[in-house]
Amino acid sequence: MSFRKANEGGADATPAVQTDALIDVVDVSVVFEGQTILQDVSLQIARGQTVAVIGESGCGKTVFMKTIVGLIPPTDGHVLFDGSDIGRLSQAELTRTRRRFGFVFQNAALFDSMSVFENVAFPLRQDVDPVGEDEVRGRVMQHLAEVGLPDTVATKRPAELSGGMRKRVGLARALILKPELVVYDEPTTGLDPIMSDVINELILHTRRRYPVTSIVVTHDMNTARKVADRVLMFYPRWRLSDGESQILFDGPPSDLEHADDRRVRQFVRGEAGERLDELTRQVDSLTNSK
Amino acid sequence: MRPLEKWVFDWGSAVVDGVTTIGDMAVFAWRMCVWMFTRKPKRGTLLINFYQVGVLSLPVVALTGTFIGMVLAVQSYYQFHAIGLESRLGVVINTSLVRELGPVLAATMLAGRVGGAMAAVLGTMRVTEQIDALTAMGADPIHYLVVPRFLACILLIPALTIMADFMGIVGGYFYSVIILGIDHAAYLNHSREGVVGFDLFNGIFKSIFFGGIIAVVSCYRGFHCAPGAEGVGKAATAAFVYSFVLILAIDLFLNIVLDAVYFWMYPSGTSLI
Repeated sequence: MSFRKANEGGADATPAVQTDALIDVVDVSVVFEGQTILQDVSLQIARGQTVAVIGESGCGKTVFMKTIVGLIPPTDGHVLFDGSDIGRLSQAELTRTRRRFGFVFQNAALFDSMSVFENVAFPLRQDVDPVGEDEVRGRVMQHLAEVGLPDTVATKRPAELSGGMRKRVGLARALILKPELVVYDEPTTGLDPIMSDVINELILHTRRRYPVTSIVVTHDMNTARKVADRVLMFYPRWRLSDGESQILFDGPPSDLEHADDRRVRQFVRGEAGERLDELTRQVDSLTNSK
Repeated sequence: MRPLEKWVFDWGSAVVDGVTTIGDMAVFAWRMCVWMFTRKPKRGTLLINFYQVGVLSLPVVALTGTFIGMVLAVQSYYQFHAIGLESRLGVVINTSLVRELGPVLAATMLAGRVGGAMAAVLGTMRVTEQIDALTAMGADPIHYLVVPRFLACILLIPALTIMADFMGIVGGYFYSVIILGIDHAAYLNHSREGVVGFDLFNGIFKSIFFGGIIAVVSCYRGFHCAPGAEGVGKAATAAFVYSFVLILAIDLFLNIVLDAVYFWMYPSGTSLI
């Protein structure tokens, strides 16, 4: 069923339309202070799919992810979650919809003033769907165990934890409401290779245990290859020629090495390519001007 | 760009930025008011803020109030002594404290101790994506973070003001009677004549506005903090500076209004009590 046609009715169109995709991004553009970060991005993400979003720094990956969960409103276009246009929901509907998302932030974004237990329990204690304290305790301890953290961690403050433990607490907090969509922002950044692999395994474990759709924003090609069914590569808008799509690659991770676009192959192999020439020219120009 | 064009551009940008900030802050305050009247904040978040704003500010407000009372005595004594009216020192000290210095002093201490901390904490939360995390989990950051702080400031600043008034009066009495040797009975009698109920009302009424300004400005600055440690530092500094300037501006405005109200209600200058 095509949701786009159904959504072209302007402001009077009904915001909820049936679709097979859990997420449908329709011609989304985001502009900050005159600078275009995303331009006419369109894609669908099917239920149960795990999508890795890769791309160099500043290409708009995090903005894209925050736009999907309604933290950044699109300047133009629509984001549909399960057929509902996120931008047209009332505050109460948006709050309810957000409780169907789990969000693992880059630096975990744990609340410093709360213990680990209180952090993980936080979504359960909101007024939207109140839960009894006994159930809160049971679910928090279960989720901490699922991410491999001992009971003793529950009373600690986030500042007392290592980076890997903080990420795992962040994952436990994101999963506690049994979300339909889990979004991971740079889940392995700043971690050693072993802890990175632990996080990758947890992402896979989550997918096996719960029927979730996942979006993983990452620079780490190991993560993209290991956890994703599908990889999207974004490219900075300002580096593209007119008419080029901002998504340079959309396919399974196994196709990355053999992508048609040279820029994708360079990114995957970690080759600077023409960017190094560009940098050399900039340094030369600065040196000559002095 | 020519110098004149640059001058016009710079001033124009400053004016546009200023108007935008005022508008943003008004929307921020409005959203806070809407949340305050539509959903009760949780007891736990209220109590923590009440403790930090009220209980932890009491010692510093009491101490500075005491010193201000004594400083007033030191500054006024020689002028009053020269014309033989030193026994009336209490009138000046107490009236100044209850009407003006008590509320302004309590507000200044609150802006420095609590306002800066609020901006720094909320700024850090913004920079480390904790505010985004709140939103992502279906909690409204303004309801969860701003409303309790606002309520703590407006409900507890009157108590801090009364403490500053009281300790200032005690400090002034101590220095005048014990150190300078002014007659105890004469000092108290004259003090009693000087301060009327409306003075006390005036100070406490103004303090509620001061508390509201501190909370709104500090929380706004924290929420709109620029990235990085420097951004957090600037937010904390700006919270204090803007709060202080606004406190003095509102103080002037409210003094004019309250004086007009007083003389309208009591043309002959009768006390409320």
